[in-house]
Amino acid sequence: MPIILDQRRLVPNLHLLEIHAPEVARKCRPGQFVIIMPDERGERIPLSIADWDAERGSVTAVFLVVGTSTRKLAALKAGDEVPVFVGPLGRPSEIAAFGTVILAAGCFGIGALWPTARALKAAGNRVIAVIDAKADYAVYWKDRYRSVCDRIIYSSRDHALASKEFIPGPLEEVLKTEAPVARVISVGCTYLMYACAQATKPLGIKTIVSLNPIMVDGTGMCGACRCTAAGKTKFACVDGPDFDAHEVDWEELFMRRKSYFDDEIRSLCRYEEIELP
Amino acid sequence: MAEEKKELAPELKEKLRAEFEKDWRKDLRKAVPPKDRMKQVRQKMPERPADERNKDFKEVNLGLTQEMALAEARRCLDCANPQCVAGCPVSIDIPSFIKLIERGEFLAAAWKLKETNSLPAICGRVCPQESQCEELCAMKKASGVPVAIGNLERFASDFERLSGSVNIPPLPSPTGKKVAVIGAGPAGLTVAGDLAKLGHKVTVFEALHESGGVLIYGIPEFRLPKAILKAEVDYLRRLGVEIRTSFVVGMTATIDDLKNEGYEAFFIGSGAGLPNFMKIPGENLVGVYSANEYLTRVNLMRAYDFPAYDTPVFQARTAAVIGGGNVAMDSVRTAKRLGAERAVIVYRRSRTEMPARTEEIHHAEEEGIEFQLLTTPIRYIGDAQGRLRAMECQKMGLGEPDASGRRRPVPIEGSEYTLDVDLVVCAIGQSPNPLIPQTTPGLKMGKWGNVEVDWTTMATSLPGVYAGGDIIRGGATVILAMGDARTAAAEIDRYLRR
Repeated sequence: MPIILDQRRLVPNLHLLEIHAPEVARKCRPGQFVIIMPDERGERIPLSIADWDAERGSVTAVFLVVGTSTRKLAALKAGDEVPVFVGPLGRPSEIAAFGTVILAAGCFGIGALWPTARALKAAGNRVIAVIDAKADYAVYWKDRYRSVCDRIIYSSRDHALASKEFIPGPLEEVLKTEAPVARVISVGCTYLMYACAQATKPLGIKTIVSLNPIMVDGTGMCGACRCTAAGKTKFACVDGPDFDAHEVDWEELFMRRKSYFDDEIRSLCRYEEIELP
Repeated sequence: MAEEKKELAPELKEKLRAEFEKDWRKDLRKAVPPKDRMKQVRQKMPERPADERNKDFKEVNLGLTQEMALAEARRCLDCANPQCVAGCPVSIDIPSFIKLIERGEFLAAAWKLKETNSLPAICGRVCPQESQCEELCAMKKASGVPVAIGNLERFASDFERLSGSVNIPPLPSPTGKKVAVIGAGPAGLTVAGDLAKLGHKVTVFEALHESGGVLIYGIPEFRLPKAILKAEVDYLRRLGVEIRTSFVVGMTATIDDLKNEGYEAFFIGSGAGLPNFMKIPGENLVGVYSANEYLTRVNLMRAYDFPAYDTPVFQARTAAVIGGGNVAMDSVRTAKRLGAERAVIVYRRSRTEMPARTEEIHHAEEEGIEFQLLTTPIRYIGDAQGRLRAMECQKMGLGEPDASGRRRPVPIEGSEYTLDVDLVVCAIGQSPNPLIPQTTPGLKMGKWGNVEVDWTTMATSLPGVYAGGDIIRGGATVILAMGDARTAAAEIDRYLRR
């Protein structure tokens, strides 16, 4: 079973998980994800890949602690094993010399977009990051982004970051100052990606989002992750996870993500009461 | 489906004949005259009461007792030209194993089965015998009621497993050849077993975290207990087969990558892992599942034991399952067991055209499943939260037969009505999973997304790469997949020794 090399809190509620999975590490590309099961009774949950090291044979993900599965992951430590760690899954993000590219990241997406940022820079793009976080203490991997980005802008509610606005405002501004912008790529919570899509739509700027619906197998077998893009039903696990943000049926995505809301609360209450270490 | 008169291959005929001529077989035939055999009535499979079993996931059928198996085996006429074998996609020597049961040699009967079938406890439970071996049984022609071949197969293999004397056949010295099998479903496991017995080093790559493919994620515990599957997989491991779970060929490594690692031959058995939907309005509402998702949540992820297991599944008051095949029956009986007050099959043709096994339809009826036949959904209706609340249905009539030979359903205008439902499971079939085709350059595909093969050898367009089961057929049966696998294994062996 795959062994955990590192599991720690990066900032409040966001954790880093590094797993020994040499075969997966050899194949990772920006924009892909893995499916992990925290223990034998756990769910299969998708996590975006935030980094990999083929030599060390490791794959890293950043996840938000939100329900039972992610609480279980957050309780693991180096040396523990997980029963399932499979991947890489999904189609890799398109990487090319686009020109100026804006990466709009928040939450776990700051980690998930890191491989894309690195690859886009290597492909010769002007890379600008708009990082959304509640406050300065909630931003991680600043150094990494600094090492490849031509500019970093924060959308935040914190004067320490000289910003007090949620993402559409700062994004709209940078779209103007950096025009022409070839593409915007946004990864983070559904609302953040939706807000980016709304901001770029009137300008007709190509915008890519990494969708995060509920999944089970992650290989196209079950259809739990179906979403609608350009009026057609797609499976996010094999047709995505990247989609053109302006083609996504956001209302349906929000709705399907809430499918098991009541069950999730029930599960979490039970976990915190009787299983939490 | 069994053909009317299938000719047995000459070498197989010869083998069957040699067994038929053995003295003990002659003695058995003499001991009980055919007319006495014909007087014996078919033994009914003992099963749990419908009202008890539709509330839990324990197995429905209990298996024949020894006395019953002996009595049933006596019904077999031991024909000189056994048509039953022609009806079996893996050509089991049916008369031999049944006569071994009649003789009381239950273990020998199980080993006889395993000569041609690595998974007899599974086939004895899930094969559509009534349209294969039993369809062609001489007793069926003579008395209308065939020998219960499937029940006897189950009996012998269960006897072996419960006796603890699972026999590992003598293995030849290793050939040093490495074979990669993609998918640990019925086809892949069969290929693996056959090739391991021929001395090749077989590794099975499975995308999910447990072996079995449709046997683990699709077929429910009440029809195929996981312990049975586990025992059959353990048997393959003891033959030297290595199984690597959580390994997605196409993603974790491609066929070309595996070639570079020294694998010389490949079998693609990745199955029909792509659920079909009807493309009608409302299909993405919360509460509409594919059968694959519904069954995977319940079977593989144990959602029936939520919240002890973390994966949830919707509990329905009224569940409608769309379709008339075995997967539809499995889904609707699962919904009933999870507590649905009404669990309804909605099928667009009539009872006669239903592709499900007769036994499954009977069991479903006994368990209180409703059937709304000649009916199809045309729209799903949700509430403001996007949750399924109702479905609009339309009645169908039957027109002229279509390409499948079944009468084509024709919508009846003005027959629309609404059914209140809070769960729908769409069980209208699957297409081949696209992952391997997408990541294997040069692999020739058919127009349904299936891998194309030469049907006599199961060879694909790539040298050394073979395929079988639902990846070439779309949605078929466990035993047809195993039949493909047997053919492919023989060809792979020939290929490796060329």
